[in-house]
Amino acid sequence: MFEGYTLAELGSIFAMQGFAGLILFSVFVLMALGLAIIFGQMGVINMAHGEFMILGAYVTYLCSTLVSEYLPALFPVYFFIAMALAFVASGLLGMLVEWGMIRFLYKRPLDTLLATWGLSLILQQIYRSVFGAREVGVVLPDWLMGSVAVTDTIEVPINGLFVMGLTMIITLVIYTVMFRSRWGMGVRAVMQNRVMAGAVGINTERVDRLTFGLGCGIAGVAGSAFTMVGSTGPTSGQLYIVDTFLVVVFGGAQSLIGTIASAFTISQAQSTMEFFLSGSTAKVLTLLTVVAILMLRPQGLFVLKVRR
Amino acid sequence: MSSDKTRGGLKSQFRRNLLLGMAALPALSLLPRGALAQATSAVNTTNLAVTDSTVKVGILHSTTGTMAISETGSVEAEKLAIKQINDMGGVLGRKIEVIQEDGASDWPTFAEKSRKLLVEDKVAAVFGCWTSASRKAVLPVFEQYNGMLYYPTFYEGLEQSKNVIYTGQEATQQILAGLDWVSKEKGAKSFFLIGSDYIWPRTSNKIARKHIEKNGQKVVGEEYFPLGHTQFNSVINKIKLTKPDVIYASVVGGSNVAFYKQLKAAGINLSKQTLMTISVTEDEMLGIGGENIAGAYACMKYFQSLDNPNNKAFVEAFKAMWGADSVIGDVTQAAYLGPWLWKATVEKAGSFDVDKIAAASDGIEFKGAPEGYVRIHPNHHLWSKTRVGRARMDGQFDVVFETADLIEPDPFPKGYQ
Repeated sequence: MFEGYTLAELGSIFAMQGFAGLILFSVFVLMALGLAIIFGQMGVINMAHGEFMILGAYVTYLCSTLVSEYLPALFPVYFFIAMALAFVASGLLGMLVEWGMIRFLYKRPLDTLLATWGLSLILQQIYRSVFGAREVGVVLPDWLMGSVAVTDTIEVPINGLFVMGLTMIITLVIYTVMFRSRWGMGVRAVMQNRVMAGAVGINTERVDRLTFGLGCGIAGVAGSAFTMVGSTGPTSGQLYIVDTFLVVVFGGAQSLIGTIASAFTISQAQSTMEFFLSGSTAKVLTLLTVVAILMLRPQGLFVLKVRR
Repeated sequence: MSSDKTRGGLKSQFRRNLLLGMAALPALSLLPRGALAQATSAVNTTNLAVTDSTVKVGILHSTTGTMAISETGSVEAEKLAIKQINDMGGVLGRKIEVIQEDGASDWPTFAEKSRKLLVEDKVAAVFGCWTSASRKAVLPVFEQYNGMLYYPTFYEGLEQSKNVIYTGQEATQQILAGLDWVSKEKGAKSFFLIGSDYIWPRTSNKIARKHIEKNGQKVVGEEYFPLGHTQFNSVINKIKLTKPDVIYASVVGGSNVAFYKQLKAAGINLSKQTLMTISVTEDEMLGIGGENIAGAYACMKYFQSLDNPNNKAFVEAFKAMWGADSVIGDVTQAAYLGPWLWKATVEKAGSFDVDKIAAASDGIEFKGAPEGYVRIHPNHHLWSKTRVGRARMDGQFDVVFETADLIEPDPFPKGYQ
């Protein structure tokens, strides 16, 4: 497929392809971070993760509509407000769900699968009733759409760079919160040994609620960011759920580093194969590889070493 | 689902009825004289749900689940047509009563509900289905219980049934004229085909590829992505590498939005790069956003912006019934044709019996169609024109081309399989 191209042309295509892989990596990490906390740290199989993302997307949609109507001067920067609101909205809904449903199921982790799947159907129908069955169009500020020309032939999409930056910031924040703060230590303590953590005076219920809320809030931010690259409709969340679980499970559910490593592996494999093979074949091969590796290493790429 | 927005006051109610009535005017010519006089025993010999004053029909679409996005418009159009027909006095003097069932985007549910409509409700006709998968699921049911289905979506062809009237385009009607136009107008030599991975895009692209190669042009890439795929950066790089004259797209659903947003973000300017799609109507434009797709060409048989008196009345009536900001895509219009064609057929046959309707369908015309004149072919598809529209920022299309004549439906095209 490369006959008749100059070296420079090929070079720039590969550079752009490299960026495509990095962007896919960022998208995967952003999708998976929220779930890595909820599934990885708390052990809750949250099938409604995609719906929490879409709540963020709908919040962004509402913001874009309201801001362009009432505060057009703010339009170029409304996206940041929207992301903050998406975090709050999804986070609050997450805490409500934890309080109303999840907390009764901590001892029956497999049942969370069914319960949250039901929740996802309920949320989808709520979105459909409130926002209509059709997809909504989120209007983005002009500066977010378009590309930067690095050289004459290399163009990099701005929204991709934006997602990359956002992912880096959120990953750093989560890392700090989970591994460098007292609260994060509490979270890890509760997850490793709930009874003992309670015995030493940690309010485990409060930790659970906030952790679940944090995971959902991050899902909301991810959903908000994905209005730049994807669709916003009642069932759009379903588009992400498989990839999200894939990344988290492949990485080793309890390890945040694992999530990042697995997102990197899967995204690079997929984007390279998509370029040289066709889209569907690339997906099949990626899934096959992941299945094969998980058969050899059921615990995922990275495992947390704990004494049990 | 959005509901009929009630506006207060008798005055607006009157205005709406007036609008609906006006929209129905072009169809008045179809009403035969003396239609009101026939006894039920004469027009219904197969025990359908027909009384002296009413006739029951079914509407079977997904109003929940992933397909609700697409099928909502069809439900709205069918209800509008039925309301207009009732306002004109119904069919053979009988008012149409609708039994609506939800297929819930699930193919076995479609089959089950169609069985319910045909066996328990004994409806005289069903307007419904959207995806090919749902149609394939209900087809055996309609053939077993001898029902009549009016199917609105443009689809891949390769099917023909006594029990189905296909009011959308089969693949060759949608593809060939559009390809010829883009070759002539843009001098296109090379094409990049990209679609979602299921039967409709694959069959359509097979036909497109044959036609392109027949014309001595080249297909430089053919790519399929799983339904719901949201990351297109790699394939966009491949498109940049192969530099096709035309990108020919049949990506559907949520992927559609992702594809156009990422094309734009990757710096592909659709006012310079020719892109032709067979999967974006005004409905999809809502989700994609006009600013992301402006400049692309869509190949359809109907656009909301069509300038003819039938369409003006139709758009006005549709907005009066379903809200001023509703949009009408190709399939919505095709769904609107269903009840009208059924009415005309029943009146020609002088009977609601399905066998008589199937036999009488050949040659049925609808002069009041928003897309212009349509006629049913003996193969139960419609003769209709092919049009090319160019996407505008505001989510509408400028019609830039239409075929001079009606195109003959050819569900089993020789040399394209």
